[in-house]
Amino acid sequence: MPAPRPLAEIRHLLDELLEVEFSFRDTAAPAAAIAELPGPRQAQLISWIQRVASTHVELGYQVACQGVEAQALMEPDTFEAWIFHSMDRYDAEGLRPALLAIEQYRQFAEQQQARRRGALLLDHEGVLSRFLQGLSGRPLKLASADRIYTDSETLYLPPLFSLLPSPAQNFQHYKATCALLWAQIQFGSFRPLLEIPSPEPDLLQLYHALEMLRLEARLKRTLPGLYRELEQTRLILQEPDLPAPWQALSVKLSAPDMRARDTLELARQQLGRLTPYPPRHLPVTLDLEAVRICMAARIEKERARFKVALNSVLEELQRNSPAEQPQQRRFSKRQQPDTDAPEGFTTEILLDDMPAPLPDQVQALQRSILLDLGEIPDEYLQPAGPGEYDATLLQDQNRDADDVWRGSYHEEGAHLYDEWDFQRRHYRKQWCAVREREVTPRHDDFVARTLEKYHGLIKHLRKTFEAMRHENRLLKRQPQGDDVDIDALVEALSDAHLGFEMTDRLLTRMQRDERDIAVIFMVDMSGSTKGWINDAERESLLLLCEALESLGDRYAIYGFSGMTRKRCELFHIKYFEEPYGELVRARISGIEPQDYTRMGFAIRHLSKILQATDAKTRILITLSDGKPDDYDSYRGQYGIEDTRRALIEARRSGIHPYCITIDEEARDYLPHLYGPAAYSVVDDVRTLPLKVSDIYRRLTT
Amino acid sequence: MRTFKLDEYRIDDEPYYQPTGDEIELFEAAYRNQLPVLLKGPTGCGKTRFMEYMAWRLKRPLITVSCHDDLTASDLVGRYLIKGGETSWIDGPLTQAVKAGGICYLDEIVEARKDTMVVIHPLADDRRVLPIEKLGTLIEADPEFAIAISYNPGYQSVLKDLKQSTRQRFIALEFDYPDATLETEIVVRESGLERELAGRLVKFAGMTRNLKGSGLEEGASTRLLVHAAKLMAAGVNPVSACQGAIAQALTDDPEMLASVNELSSSLF
Repeated sequence: MPAPRPLAEIRHLLDELLEVEFSFRDTAAPAAAIAELPGPRQAQLISWIQRVASTHVELGYQVACQGVEAQALMEPDTFEAWIFHSMDRYDAEGLRPALLAIEQYRQFAEQQQARRRGALLLDHEGVLSRFLQGLSGRPLKLASADRIYTDSETLYLPPLFSLLPSPAQNFQHYKATCALLWAQIQFGSFRPLLEIPSPEPDLLQLYHALEMLRLEARLKRTLPGLYRELEQTRLILQEPDLPAPWQALSVKLSAPDMRARDTLELARQQLGRLTPYPPRHLPVTLDLEAVRICMAARIEKERARFKVALNSVLEELQRNSPAEQPQQRRFSKRQQPDTDAPEGFTTEILLDDMPAPLPDQVQALQRSILLDLGEIPDEYLQPAGPGEYDATLLQDQNRDADDVWRGSYHEEGAHLYDEWDFQRRHYRKQWCAVREREVTPRHDDFVARTLEKYHGLIKHLRKTFEAMRHENRLLKRQPQGDDVDIDALVEALSDAHLGFEMTDRLLTRMQRDERDIAVIFMVDMSGSTKGWINDAERESLLLLCEALESLGDRYAIYGFSGMTRKRCELFHIKYFEEPYGELVRARISGIEPQDYTRMGFAIRHLSKILQATDAKTRILITLSDGKPDDYDSYRGQYGIEDTRRALIEARRSGIHPYCITIDEEARDYLPHLYGPAAYSVVDDVRTLPLKVSDIYRRLTT
Repeated sequence: MRTFKLDEYRIDDEPYYQPTGDEIELFEAAYRNQLPVLLKGPTGCGKTRFMEYMAWRLKRPLITVSCHDDLTASDLVGRYLIKGGETSWIDGPLTQAVKAGGICYLDEIVEARKDTMVVIHPLADDRRVLPIEKLGTLIEADPEFAIAISYNPGYQSVLKDLKQSTRQRFIALEFDYPDATLETEIVVRESGLERELAGRLVKFAGMTRNLKGSGLEEGASTRLLVHAAKLMAAGVNPVSACQGAIAQALTDDPEMLASVNELSSSLF
């Protein structure tokens, strides 16, 4: 147990950590407070200050000032979470929000209390969004906000639900709230409103209150299980019963044939006579403006896409039976009564009076249009070619990767991966925002130089690699096979005549040694590779590609680098399906050192890609210069344990990971990561190009 | 190796099959004209049942071969065996069907090796012959012989897609899940479950089909619904029946399982 340090020593330490000499920071008060603490807590706090100050000195200073009180208020893990939360704010939004987060430690502590019994949107986003996808057939996004509402594409929900006593109950509450928002979209709540240019707020409010009653009745019919949970929640929250006049209206609104239009009519009748009852707990609100904007954009987009899609259906049919005249074919629709459908009928698209063969994505489009409009307008049934619409309507806009990183929407379009936290012994959910980026191809003399330099070696490599290609071989004297091995049979018969036992190895079998291998090379592009390591890596890749071309194995190359969990990048150098040529060579030449060596995300992402390829053997080869390391907490044991976990996951999914490294200390940690037989340490960087091909050859034969 | 007796492959009792369109007429017309047929559609939507029904209707034996990675041409055509010091040739299922005028149904054809698929080419065009290289003979197909293959375009990977030279010999019938009313009817009929619950099961299937491509490879098939319905008819709680018979069959991903289970618990 560390002994408490004296005040002077603490002050001196803080002065140094917080660079007081060059600032107006005053360490007297924090040092005095820290000096009062018992030894272990002192040590703990000072180490935190040190870690935070390594990110930003001012943040470290604030932690020094608030730390003692915060520590008294929080459990150690909450304290840690508070620091991480502040650091995350710093990563995402900058210094000021981070300082605010440190200042608001009391609120944080309270929130943590709520978190313990509550449910976090972040934790349940995956389950909830798939739940919604299952319900609706139109992908709905989830986002956190202060209010509960939807713009018809995204459901906005508070980041934390904690009104109920247990996490499971709070999750159910989330789910029921999602279902209510979904019901607004599904059962056409917005449709009649959009026809009124500017509805007065009172009417809107009354309509919304009434509409919720209709929707609940709908939920009760379509999702009785969920409705039971909703009622349970109300019971626990002790929601008051509906006031008497509302109860009568509720009965009316529960009729199966009630539509949103009828609710609006009812609201008009009751306007002035009825005021909406006080809002219930966590009420769903109505943001008509948000819906209006979002819907208008989508309707325009989907109209274009639908008409273009119908056109391509016609073209497809034309291709299959060229005899028919496409001009004479006509789309129409058929509506059939269906009480379960929001508008009381279902719509089917017909082609020449027969159900049209619409591909999946067109059907999804049709569902989405039906959700917005309740029907497919006749105008939509006139097919149109892609040239007749603004091309931007036909595709989703891809944002530039650099813009994405700069803005606050850094997770947009990113792949999110979990990361293993060995101290907490669980995954940090969707922790790493991973993006694939392009390497700028560099057309310089690197390729020519390298090919020249290793001229003789390449020839040799090609030869050895060619030797690895197997042809089909006829195996003789097999116990099982397709054909009789006549030689063996003759021998066996003569054996039998002589009274020996007859062998059963009498058949031939064709052995097909197809090399069914897919390999991904995962190349370290961290800053530490700058210089000759980077050169050696690039040379190795080039030689390897040259050799692999003669072998015919499927391979892909990606570089990886990380700068905190928010910015995990995989640089695409060669896809599986891409041919090796000028462009790939130029990309290899263009490999440049980037930031840090975060490894877990790269292994996870590339494992996913490997798994999606069809091969009997899948290999992931890492080319690295050091141990996992990133500037947030991804150092030391944390990084090693996460990488190890990612490798375990990869192995579990049938991938063989292998590591080639030039880190001389690698023997200390690589066996722990890759297992004793799945790594090679190359002592001399200069020999890397030679070794890589050699190792590859050994690995795949 | 067991010797096939073709009569074992005759279907005497009418299999239950609900047509969804004009597939029966199409198949019959194709059969009468000696045209081979390709059945496309998601797993468990009734392709195999349709074949059984057609075999019953046409009064032909049905030989089904489930294709897989290691299925060789010999597995289909036949091979030499050695018995008591003598070699003897034994016909494979395809040869038997060709000789006896049966229907040979190659299920999930894309799973078979590419060189195996080529064996059926001369049978699938107007030649209608099966060359047996090892015997040096050419067998002409019985007039009643038919060949049908199936595959699932959504599920198989692009790499394993059917070769153009194969697919362009076939009349293609597209199968999909039946519409909700019909599917409910099928579930009721096959399981004896009451209509209300069967209807909800079908709704649940629709929800899982919404998840296709967003984490699920396939939605729940009619076959899975029948399994769940049978459990429910036997008194199993509907939510547990859906978990056991459908959710667990669809995915191993814990998060996906949770989502699918939340859907079923919301419905029942």
